[in-house]
Amino acid sequence: MVACRRVATLEEKGQVSSHERLKEFLHEMLLIRRFEEKVEERFRAGELPGFLHVCIGQEAVAVGVCRALEDGDVIASTHRAHGHTIAKGTHPNEVMAELYGKVEGCSHGYGGSMHLYDVERGNLGANAVVGGGLPAIVGAALAFHMRQEPRVAVAFFGDGATNIGTFHEALNLAQLWKVPAVFVCENNHYAESTPARQQLPIEDLTKRAEAFEMTALKVDGQDVEAVYETAKKAMKHAREGKGPVFLLAETYRLTGHYIGDPQVYRPKEEVRELRQAQDPITKLREKIQLSDEEWEAMDAEATKLAEDSVEFAKQGTDPKPEDALKNVYA
Amino acid sequence: MPELTYREAVRDAMSQAMRRDDDVFIMGEDIAEMGGSMGVTQGMLEEFGPERVRNTPISEMAIVGAGVGAAISGMRPIVEIMYQDFTTLAMEQLVSQAAKHRYMSGGQIKVPLTVRTQGGAGWSPGAQHAQQLEAWFVHVPGLKVVFPSTPADVRGLLWTAIYDDNPVLVFEHRTLYGLKGEVPEKIEGIELAKGRVHREGDDVTVVATGRLVHEALNAAEQAEKEGISVEVWDPRTLQPLDEEGLVASVKKTNRCVVAHEAVVRMGWGAEVAALVQEKAFDYLDAPVERVGAKFTPIPFAPVMESFVIPHDKDVLAAVKRTVGRDAAG
Repeated sequence: MVACRRVATLEEKGQVSSHERLKEFLHEMLLIRRFEEKVEERFRAGELPGFLHVCIGQEAVAVGVCRALEDGDVIASTHRAHGHTIAKGTHPNEVMAELYGKVEGCSHGYGGSMHLYDVERGNLGANAVVGGGLPAIVGAALAFHMRQEPRVAVAFFGDGATNIGTFHEALNLAQLWKVPAVFVCENNHYAESTPARQQLPIEDLTKRAEAFEMTALKVDGQDVEAVYETAKKAMKHAREGKGPVFLLAETYRLTGHYIGDPQVYRPKEEVRELRQAQDPITKLREKIQLSDEEWEAMDAEATKLAEDSVEFAKQGTDPKPEDALKNVYA
Repeated sequence: MPELTYREAVRDAMSQAMRRDDDVFIMGEDIAEMGGSMGVTQGMLEEFGPERVRNTPISEMAIVGAGVGAAISGMRPIVEIMYQDFTTLAMEQLVSQAAKHRYMSGGQIKVPLTVRTQGGAGWSPGAQHAQQLEAWFVHVPGLKVVFPSTPADVRGLLWTAIYDDNPVLVFEHRTLYGLKGEVPEKIEGIELAKGRVHREGDDVTVVATGRLVHEALNAAEQAEKEGISVEVWDPRTLQPLDEEGLVASVKKTNRCVVAHEAVVRMGWGAEVAALVQEKAFDYLDAPVERVGAKFTPIPFAPVMESFVIPHDKDVLAAVKRTVGRDAAG
């Protein structure tokens, strides 16, 4: 396994200005973007098995939330897992190798895009059953609570997941037991192809958490600084034993549900307009007024990391067919 | 050797594990003050307190899922699902979460979760509180399934389940809770995939699980009076299975009856029949017979319920068929 290469956190080295921190965030978001674009390209070239969901447009939620975590905190991700996984510290090489089904992948070829794990770095796994990972996050938080460890367990999920039973059962139990869990709802306004108006009878999803008297916070998921600051608050609340938090991030999926999705369910203008108005990377670049020179250097590095990840993956080791018989039981 | 009821034996295994290890705890519906709907956890709240004897909401998905998450995070949770009928509510968490995390992660994760549940007919609980669904879980790679029939076995197997690093489902039978039996002075685990010969015999092997072990023992006594020597073999663990023990017994007797309370169609007995013909075909003197419930939901009226589920007389009839005797008795 290659060593973790999380984009260097200046914060960890000591004092850092908000501007520097935002540059770090931008770098990481851009890395995820270039990675996802590379995934699309390689999938269309026929190199990647299975089917894939990319998180283009939702990078600020992954980065803002994961940067608000401390060592020892854990996450559970979704079928749209690449961004969360990279933001939690897994090297893009290991993620890409997993998409190629290689031994060097972060799940050693057993998981694939929808089942990215990196337990060492606190990623308890991406779940391809919508809402499926929420109860386990309550359980992880329960373990932290019972052992009195100051750790937080974080579940990512989408607006569609708020309609499934596990969501309601998990939030109810978490609030009842006041465990240190944070439920991050990435509201991208579509459950696969189904728009909010066809699947949600309410607009404000924080109401669902408030029904359990759970602390609910809302944030613009395209503004990474806001996500980070709000997530910090949520983690502090949970870590101090004040109970779980529901964190609603309003975000936008700037691509289809899966690669190749013709998106017949929404007008082409919608995507075009969203790309112009709601790209979290563009927004941040403008906000911090990054010079063209700096942007280009940053982009070149992100692009190279994405390209290198493909090379790494292609040179990876195919599992032996009979390795399929391993890891069924401990 | 001390004598315990099946119910006390379950409680004893959990209590001893909880005294020994802080990471063992139990959660489920009505298990605290009430002591469980079957009285299994009585007194445990008083001994261990509410942090480790956790009453839960009626939320099977969340209970099992929280067990999975706690197990992944270093605990050894014991989850109680009040009736095995309600495992259907937690099916996704059991089948797609508990069973698959280790595999999907390429071996990074262990899920040392124990799920206890109970069920079974014979006391008119009706169609939604009496199903025997253990075979469903044997079909899922990643899960282990045990189905103990005596106090000693349930204590030893539950102990093993708690300390196993995989998700183990422990099926208890409702009608066995009051059954008394001797248990070893000192608790020790019983190896999974080790069957048990309850009664030796030469003419027919009856492979039986749960309540049917006791029905088979009755049938064996009756058969003996008619000159038929019956061996009663209890797998105790359905997954992993003691194939060697099963095949050895059938090779000795040359005949096999498999008996469980679950419906015959697609039941665990079908797997046994297939295994026996694969591994001992040349030794068989008769087709493998299957005994189980008729293909109906469990009815309420006692006469109908009794008609649907198998009894000792059904096992005896099957035994007689395998030795070419009149099966009418």
